[in-house]
Amino acid sequence: MSRPEHIAPPEIFYGEVEARKYTDNSRIASIQAEMAYRALELLNLSEGPKFLLDIGCGSGLSGEILEEEGHVWVGMDISPHMIDVAREREVEGDLFVQDAGQGVGFRPGTFDGCISVSVLQWLCNADKTINRPKARLQRFFSTLYASLKKSARAVFQFYPENDDQIKLIIDVATRCGFEGGLLVDYPNSKKAKKYYLCLFAGTQTGRRNELPKAL
Amino acid sequence: MRLITHNLLQCHVKNCNSNNFPLKIEDAQVELIEADYNPEFLVNMLPKIDWPVLVNTAKQLGLPEIPAQVPEDAENNEAFLQGLHSVLLETHIQQGRMICPGCGHVFNIKEGIPNMLLAEHEI
Ligand SMILES: [Zn+2]
Repeated sequence: MSRPEHIAPPEIFYGEVEARKYTDNSRIASIQAEMAYRALELLNLSEGPKFLLDIGCGSGLSGEILEEEGHVWVGMDISPHMIDVAREREVEGDLFVQDAGQGVGFRPGTFDGCISVSVLQWLCNADKTINRPKARLQRFFSTLYASLKKSARAVFQFYPENDDQIKLIIDVATRCGFEGGLLVDYPNSKKAKKYYLCLFAGTQTGRRNELPKAL
Repeated sequence: MRLITHNLLQCHVKNCNSNNFPLKIEDAQVELIEADYNPEFLVNMLPKIDWPVLVNTAKQLGLPEIPAQVPEDAENNEAFLQGLHSVLLETHIQQGRMICPGCGHVFNIKEGIPNMLLAEHEI
């Protein structure tokens, strides 16, 4: 099967029909929910309701998990059709049509955490000549870093294409100030294997950041 | 988009680094949508809210007046927190636009969704 990010840019690939198909497919929905729960778990939040960012929120499948767990969220997605489906489904989060590769614009320290499910590989796409992957990742990670509370985490489940892509992503994130790295759940299962990039926006005084354990 | 998010949002046009907050709201249509009251969340968010900006925004949109300053007993002041809940989490901008005071970029809002896409010369 060819990778969707090789077929067309996300705002084209997730047109009206794909956006609905994606959301109505119960298998996709349950996998997305499971990964959103895992990402939320990896955020390692303290008790209480938090203000969270969902990058590439799509039709709100992952945002609904954040709601269920009592958090307030803001989501952005480059596909207006995905955002339309999210709006029609009346999710609680605020929704933006936004290209994360152009940066995120929130005041310093706004978010207590950030999750992203099945999106990061899209950011590495060079679908238009202007979309240089490295520059886009750089813009994204640097503005994300600024919008996170000190020592907050950002956790991205994604489908890396190859080791070079993983290296590029981690290199750029590190240069933007993040600590952390890659976590692979169920590495020996072809089906269940999942990649999570777990990033820390700086360190809390007197505490060392430790990468959580993989499953 | 709820007002809590407007209060935390700034312009993300590249090199628009000063005078990029708050985005000025124009021709707004506001809708109140009921939300679960969560005082703990409000108390957690209070330090992040730019209070003078919130006061101005509420005034501009013709919302019920909110106190000019955060009361000292905010955490236990039920009436204050209820009012804050309504302003921050139940007040949605459904139509209109937001304009960056620094670079002048116009972010349109349709059916509650701001379009934050930038042009190629802005990235
Ligand atoms: Zn600007």
